[in-house]
Amino acid sequence: MRVGLDIGSTTIKCVVLGEHDELLYSTYERHYSHILEKAQELLRRIDAEQLHGCKALLSISGSAGMGLADSCGVPFVQEVFSTRVAVKRFMPKTDCVIELGGEDAKILFLTNGTEVRMNGSCAGGTGAFIDQMATLLKMSADEMNKAAEQAQRTYTIASRCGVFAKSDVQPLINQGARTEDIAASIYKAVVNQTIAGLAQGRPIKGNILYLGGPLTFSTVLRKSFDEALNVTGTCPENSLLYVALGAALYADKEFVLTEVAAALDRYAATATYASEPPLFASKEEYETFHARHMSHSVPRVAFSAHCGPVHIGIDSGSTTVKLVVVDEKSQILYTNYQPNLGNPLPLIREQLLKIYKEHPGLQVASVTTTGYGEELVKNAFRCDYGLVETVAHFTAAKYFMPDVDFIIDIGGQDMKCFKIEDGAISNIFLNEACSSGCGSFLQTFAQALGYDVKEFAALGLFADRPVDLGSRCTVFMNSSVKQAQKDGASIENISAGLSISVVKNALYKVIRASSPEELGRKIVVQGGTFYNEAVLRAFEKEMGVEVIRPDIAGLMGAYGAALYGLRQSHKNNQTTSAMMDEQELESFAQQVVSVKCGGCGNHCQLTVNTFADGRKFISGNRCDKPVTGKSEDNSLNLYAYKQQLLASYKPVPGKRGSIGIPLCLGFYELLPFWYAFWTSLGFAVHTSPVSTRGLYLAGQATIPSDTACFPAKLSHGHIKALSQMQLDAIFYPCLTYNVDEGLGDNHYNCPVVAYYPEVLAGNCPELEGKKFIYDYVGIHRPKDFVHKMAKEVLPKYFGGISEREVQAAADAAYAEYEAHMAKIRVKGSEIIDEARRQGKRIIVLAGRPYHVDPEVNHGIDHLITRHGAAVVTEDSISNRVQKFPTSVLNQWTYHSRLYAAAKYCTTQKDMDLVQLVSFGCGVDAITTDETREILQRGNKLYTQLKIDEITNLGAVNIRLRSLFAALDERDEAAAEKAE
Amino acid sequence: MEYHYPKFTPEMKKTHTILIPNMAVTQFRLMEYALRCEGYKCELLGNCGSAVAQLGLKYVHNDTCYPALLVIGQFLDALNSGKYDLEHTALLITQTGGGCRASNYIHLLRKALVKAGYPQIPVASLNFSGLEKDSGFQMTLPLARKCIACIFYGDMLCALRNQVAPYENEKGAADRMVDRWIARLGRALLAGKGFTSREMKHTFPLIAKDFAAIPVTRVPKVKVGVVGEIYVKYSPLGNNDLQKFLESQDCEVNFPGLMGFVQYCAFNMGEDHVLYGGKLAVKVGTDQFLNWLDSVERAMLKAETDAGFYAPGPFKELVEKPKGVISLGAKMGEGWLLTAEMIELVQGGYGNIVCAQPFGCLPNHIVGKGMVNKIRALYPSANITPIDYDPSATRVNQENRIKLMLAVAKERLNAPVEAQPLTAEQLAGGAPQVGATV
Repeated sequence: MRVGLDIGSTTIKCVVLGEHDELLYSTYERHYSHILEKAQELLRRIDAEQLHGCKALLSISGSAGMGLADSCGVPFVQEVFSTRVAVKRFMPKTDCVIELGGEDAKILFLTNGTEVRMNGSCAGGTGAFIDQMATLLKMSADEMNKAAEQAQRTYTIASRCGVFAKSDVQPLINQGARTEDIAASIYKAVVNQTIAGLAQGRPIKGNILYLGGPLTFSTVLRKSFDEALNVTGTCPENSLLYVALGAALYADKEFVLTEVAAALDRYAATATYASEPPLFASKEEYETFHARHMSHSVPRVAFSAHCGPVHIGIDSGSTTVKLVVVDEKSQILYTNYQPNLGNPLPLIREQLLKIYKEHPGLQVASVTTTGYGEELVKNAFRCDYGLVETVAHFTAAKYFMPDVDFIIDIGGQDMKCFKIEDGAISNIFLNEACSSGCGSFLQTFAQALGYDVKEFAALGLFADRPVDLGSRCTVFMNSSVKQAQKDGASIENISAGLSISVVKNALYKVIRASSPEELGRKIVVQGGTFYNEAVLRAFEKEMGVEVIRPDIAGLMGAYGAALYGLRQSHKNNQTTSAMMDEQELESFAQQVVSVKCGGCGNHCQLTVNTFADGRKFISGNRCDKPVTGKSEDNSLNLYAYKQQLLASYKPVPGKRGSIGIPLCLGFYELLPFWYAFWTSLGFAVHTSPVSTRGLYLAGQATIPSDTACFPAKLSHGHIKALSQMQLDAIFYPCLTYNVDEGLGDNHYNCPVVAYYPEVLAGNCPELEGKKFIYDYVGIHRPKDFVHKMAKEVLPKYFGGISEREVQAAADAAYAEYEAHMAKIRVKGSEIIDEARRQGKRIIVLAGRPYHVDPEVNHGIDHLITRHGAAVVTEDSISNRVQKFPTSVLNQWTYHSRLYAAAKYCTTQKDMDLVQLVSFGCGVDAITTDETREILQRGNKLYTQLKIDEITNLGAVNIRLRSLFAALDERDEAAAEKAE
Repeated sequence: MEYHYPKFTPEMKKTHTILIPNMAVTQFRLMEYALRCEGYKCELLGNCGSAVAQLGLKYVHNDTCYPALLVIGQFLDALNSGKYDLEHTALLITQTGGGCRASNYIHLLRKALVKAGYPQIPVASLNFSGLEKDSGFQMTLPLARKCIACIFYGDMLCALRNQVAPYENEKGAADRMVDRWIARLGRALLAGKGFTSREMKHTFPLIAKDFAAIPVTRVPKVKVGVVGEIYVKYSPLGNNDLQKFLESQDCEVNFPGLMGFVQYCAFNMGEDHVLYGGKLAVKVGTDQFLNWLDSVERAMLKAETDAGFYAPGPFKELVEKPKGVISLGAKMGEGWLLTAEMIELVQGGYGNIVCAQPFGCLPNHIVGKGMVNKIRALYPSANITPIDYDPSATRVNQENRIKLMLAVAKERLNAPVEAQPLTAEQLAGGAPQVGATV
């Protein structure tokens, strides 16, 4: 008999095959990380029930099985290989296998050259991802599938990794989108993720086999794959067991299973993993720690009829709703904290009604909302004030420590830290989309391991050797945990390790502090996650300082909002809130519809909340058009102007034919140059359409490296679009060097901008048989440029173009480029002057030329103008400073402009810089630090916005509002000083 | 605002111990002798462990590439160890001067030193591009010649060792031979000998003969080539001891030599002239330099094949390999060289390839992962797996992927698909191994 054991990241599977490969026994169980015990138990069970002490051929497979197999001398089979063995035996006609596991996604091409693809280290898990999303929707995986069947539409959810998708899903929940639609969107995201990440240009067709848990259990997922691939795949019998079946077929060594089980005991004894010191050395140490933190509390008084006017603060967070009622002396009368169950409004209504009912005649003086759902809640119930959550937290922290200089808040989904200098927020750190999921991550993890989160956290307090899990994205942590489990780490040590890693993530990933002194010594920690004493302890240990954790750590946003309302109502002499009265609340109803806006080409997915009294609240919009009905005012937006300039280059029919230019990456700046060049030579220059989501999706299957930056990945879509336009040639040159503007030590392009055409040529099948011109060209040497183009490049593709013609074309090209840049600078000056005349702030939205692409910047420029500031670009002001020394090698043309723009900002009172950074941009790891240093030396705030294909602007908005709030506060302080 | 950092002054040559990060172990061991011969006091760092990566994470932007994190972490860990007199310690780091962010390592290191409380430690740059002209550490002609000799010797020792070790009858014989030759070459270098092209050409056959004399039993083994970003390709610290892992899986490994990278860097300077114009003198100069290297290289390769070993083609042939796949203009990071090495390996019978890069390595999006499809189209037997390295990528995942590649390789080894015609290299006298692996 043959036995195959498949130990995956979440489940353990085992099969026993008879002489003719018939299935005698199989099992599929969750192992809750008790891999070793479960494996032993299984081996013994099979021995007792099936083998009765006889020997059997055995091999082990699965991502968590490797070390285990090694230790007991049983042959290990790589799981994809194992799948292949089984498929060849049981489903020999298969062309392609798609297998999704707990944390892996694999595509296996069987015909025409065997190839196996597994998800990259960034793409994260899929089964675990679906579980996480289901948890987020408060459903089981089954329920989510059922819900998805009822979907009417789908939303765009980033398909890169689970954490990204999560930050798309959460706002949808908060905005009240239908759960059914979200569920279906999640499955669609999984499909996109798998295809984008794994197909890498190879078409998936023929007989498709679906394997693994998620594809077996979810009909909608299978249907989504069918639709996306335009195939009808099959999910075979025993689709969960293929890896185990393959392992059994592959087995060629005999073992007595009970002996193998016994050998595993030895493995448990020898396993090691990297560990950290325990959180507490002794029980006493813990007791002192506990007592110290219990002492930081807000006075609470009874909520009676004599409490006077009250102020209500509501913090509608990403996963929870918090509500605090205070009296005129800032004392707490009532608090409420609960999960938002996907829709905060009914919960808040219930709470408010409860307050009205229990306290008839209560005088509500103010109601202030904050958090992710601030706008929605404020509009729904006609609250008085809305406050950006960062300021709310700062207000609350000051209550506990008036001279606080650092606040860190770790909530369910987000992490916020701010530094305070001179009584104003001087620096804000929000977790980038890639390291979010702090608190909810712990929760999901606890659940995955079969624990309640509180119970799980407490386990870690007295762990003897906490696992060292590193400080990266949570998806990586999944595999680190897997490794630790394999090495025999106990649940206690894993729990402690996770708590420590949350802290390390905050310190080294989000804040990137190198020493505690740098952050300040007066620290207030807050957010629900700090109720977890293991996290709190880990934070103090890592920082080497005792911090204050208020007893209302999880309610600080709401408390801060209430305090703000208290102050504002006094300032405005307001004694009664405008909030709905009891009757209105009673009849309050909300209806949510999702529609596609037709106002412009963006086609935003709008979520429209309609309330019982007929008022509407619209979210998901990138501009004010669906709300006000008016077109956007772009007079103070240089990004919009740049887009207009580029759109004005229309093809002019020429004698020599037509040339296509993809409007991506470097062309966002060099289009004028090349347009003039080719037009002068007699070619009609057609550009690819402006980027859209659809254009990206059309090209995503040919992306070979899923961790390249989004602007680069978008170019596949542009090439696809051009290839369908019946052009004589497509032109996209490789440019090692860019123009030299004399601002840096060299004038390179980054490797991606420089050489991406090579990738397109190598991976886009639609270019086959097309004239794709991607020669290496040096526009930085105008004289040689003419010569090289005329003698070496052009003759390869077109006959009869004389050097004189090329000279004329080059002259036109350089002139057009200069004129284009001059226009931008002139317009920049106009905008700056006009903004100053109107007394508006000026934001330098600094990035690369291709950040002008609306699909890349997601309309952040409009977001800024809607906040009443003017937007200019880095290249419109970079010529205003001379070359200056930097502490890094200043060798890229685009980046030199960043430094110059930052430098210029430090000389302008009303000008501040916001840097756009594309996820995956390696070069920006260097430029962001340098830009920050330049600004901070000039006493300016630094704001960085990380962008990717992610479309949610919620976090960006918080950042911008915090920036504006901090700037206002700075100005007020300066004005006070002046007085 | 002017940015000040301590310079490595000429006087420090006498007073300071220079710490060198470890990358290509054998080559760097030899280079230590070359530096000592030139009057520098230096020490090759061997410290590893989790503190290295942790310190890197703490003091360097976390999105910076893994090699920078590790190299800087390794320096800081060494400085923290208390083993060194901080007033008399300097650091040496390589700088390529290309369009990749690696040229910025030195600046990141200086920033990190200030943050970590070692602002007084001077950093010297090892480069061939004339960066940091005001430093007391300069690539003088004698030093350059010695370094080049060390790289040749080191490459040869590695190439031969890797072809012998998997088959040796007595475990460790090949490694001992490497040690013996390093000691011998080191003595010669310290005495100011052994680095001229005449001496090298004389020594190469002696080395080859010694390795050929090690008793071996040749059995079919999976042959794996390793290419990648230069640091994670060579450094055991960077690639989780990839070589050891592959050997533990019963493979013969092939790491294309470090000299290829030197030649590639020199070649690119000339290629810039070809593509974009500029000073002809640069092109003439680099051509001369490459010709000189070529004569030494060919002597080395001949010594290898004469002794019955496999040797790749010389650089001048390598340059021809990427034709139709990638342009020679792609010169950032490992550029076209990486693609060329993959093709060379496939043609040379090392069709199972690990392409190692730091997570998010920009050039490798292009020349590594971006070219795999094209190479596969030309050579359907190419079995390439890209592996990403970063502080949190776990070994189990990396090894899992490699094992998958090896599983396909082993299957082919056991059931050779069809006999491929021998390539020119094999006919030219390589040692055809038993069983076609392709």
